[in-house]
Amino acid sequence: MSTLAIGQFSLSRLTGGQKLAINYFVVAIALFVAQCLFGLIAGLQYVMPEVGYNWLDFSVNRMVHINAMVVWMLYGFIGSVYWLVEEEAGTELVGLKLGILGFWVLTAAVVVVVLVYLFVQTGPGEIETIWFINEGREYIEAPRWADIGIVVCVGIFFYNTAATFNKGKWSGISGVLVLDLVALAGMYLAGMFYTANISMDQFWWWWVIHLWVEATWEVLVGCIMAWGLIKTLGASRKVVTTWLYVEVALMFGSGILGLGHHYFWIGTPEYWLTVGGFFSALEPIPLVAMVVHAIYDSGVHKFKNANHPALAWLIAHAFGNFFGAGVWGFMHTLPQINLYTHGTQWTSSHGHLAFFGAYATIIIAVIYIAIQKARGDVYMGAGLSTGWRWKWAFTLLNLGVVGMTMALLIAGYEQSFVERALEGSSWSAYFSAQSTHWFLQGMYWREFWGVVTCAGLGLLVWDMLTISAGEKRIAVVVQEAAAAA
Amino acid sequence: MSDIPRWAEEDLWRKIAIWVTAGMFVILIVLTFDSVAVITSGSDRVPAYSVINNRIYYRHDRKRGFQVPVIGDEAPLFGKVVTEDEAAEMVSHGKLTVQAKNCMNCHTLLGNGAYYAPDLTKAWLDPAWGNEQSREKMMVDFLMDPETNARTYGTSRKMPNLDITEEEAKAIVAFLKWMSSIDTTGFPAAFPTIRQEGDL
Repeated sequence: MSTLAIGQFSLSRLTGGQKLAINYFVVAIALFVAQCLFGLIAGLQYVMPEVGYNWLDFSVNRMVHINAMVVWMLYGFIGSVYWLVEEEAGTELVGLKLGILGFWVLTAAVVVVVLVYLFVQTGPGEIETIWFINEGREYIEAPRWADIGIVVCVGIFFYNTAATFNKGKWSGISGVLVLDLVALAGMYLAGMFYTANISMDQFWWWWVIHLWVEATWEVLVGCIMAWGLIKTLGASRKVVTTWLYVEVALMFGSGILGLGHHYFWIGTPEYWLTVGGFFSALEPIPLVAMVVHAIYDSGVHKFKNANHPALAWLIAHAFGNFFGAGVWGFMHTLPQINLYTHGTQWTSSHGHLAFFGAYATIIIAVIYIAIQKARGDVYMGAGLSTGWRWKWAFTLLNLGVVGMTMALLIAGYEQSFVERALEGSSWSAYFSAQSTHWFLQGMYWREFWGVVTCAGLGLLVWDMLTISAGEKRIAVVVQEAAAAA
Repeated sequence: MSDIPRWAEEDLWRKIAIWVTAGMFVILIVLTFDSVAVITSGSDRVPAYSVINNRIYYRHDRKRGFQVPVIGDEAPLFGKVVTEDEAAEMVSHGKLTVQAKNCMNCHTLLGNGAYYAPDLTKAWLDPAWGNEQSREKMMVDFLMDPETNARTYGTSRKMPNLDITEEEAKAIVAFLKWMSSIDTTGFPAAFPTIRQEGDL
């Protein structure tokens, strides 16, 4: 240890759990790159439909695009929890070897699934296709064998996390985290069955998608945010824990029944219009709480923090979550509006800003915290010689995603108006809307901002590999503040 | 400690978080039991699969204020009346094919999926199929050879060839016909339907 210079990247500085976390982060970023590249191809197909026709069709690109996203975010979350669990529990990770095995099994499964997506793509209309090629259900396309593998690997992760806290010490953050992981793993099971009944299929499918993305994932990032604020700013544990409980109450208080906004039009009873409309309209409230929380804590500490890129991404998370998930979700959540926007580019506008703002940002923040530790608690404050890289990566990524969001929103407005409101959603109405210059302009601009996003991602990867490499200063020390009096 | 007001105490908010979460979850479970019963096939909102033996309309309901599916007289699919079991098997084969061919990553079903191709919720009733007599054949031909039979409306966006067999194509049509009979609370709105015998 003593021979290692400050700024030199070395896994030997890390604990077992943290080394495992680095593995997860590496795969997460690789999948993030894949997500963006396949997104670019899919986006291009809107303006040049002949690209990849009959060999790399839109359906394949879009499937890889959204699956890479879901999986890289799961990798990011698992990595983040493995990163913080030992420090939070005050003891070594329980079941490290099992955790390493789980990582390699999961990664091998992901590689096989992606190869099958790309080179086999589809199969005959038999149950075997669902088991071995593609389940054909948006976001959870992974074939059933992979579902079982995912459940086993997530089970190992859950066991390791819960057992480590149990062996060491529990805290408010870890209590919420472990209970949330139970719910997160349990929800996935709701998506693992076949039925001919499309209404029943989508009813349970939303249990997975909504109760992940708009409930358990949000609480999980709430836990990571609480830990991150203690870590980067030295925020008071008592204050962040209380805020975490407030967020859980508001998040589950609105998000669980907010599930109803997916039950407006799938054959489900009409009381969901009221229940879903009301509770989903409340969903932005916890996200406002998170913004207030992050900004208040940053202000209290006069933005004096240990890790500038990490804090910048945490703040981006607070705003991105609020605008992407909260505001953009609210804009079309009421049934009176959703009748016309449901299943249009509105949804993809919301999806882009929400997934990036709520989840990509905070995982990037944790990765920066991890890099700092692996480089010997190196300085990552103001005046870094290569500081322009993280700042430009930050700017281009945020600008790119916001640009895509706005372009898709304009396309979505146009589609809702022309296809849905004016022409009544028939096939000719659909194509009529897709052909207007407003829609096409939206698609061209989306592709442009997609390229900007990719440029930002390239810079981000470069920065993650090199930040503070030549730095000799050590990190600014932030002491965890005493309980607020 | 003592100067923290009661409403800001950690312990109070922990309890609120637990009770709110538990309460909401219990309500969700109760509503889930009710909803699952309502959407089980054979109900008023989600008809039995043998509805493919009948004509299906999508008509404005003055009382409810939006279009609703109306089950009409007998109009068997591909000219053959099927039993409930045969219908269930056919619709299930169609649904499996829709999943196996990854339709949902271009199309939307009940509005969920991707936005690269039209929504399929009421595809069976779409005026694009010309008339009632030609509809079944046009749909099967299109599914089996979407490249030659492309319907792009001036865009050059075409469905790829997914090696769909005739049996699979017919099963997909059965699935689409059954799906069009689901009461989706007026989604999609103001949908212009194909002309059918018995139209008002």
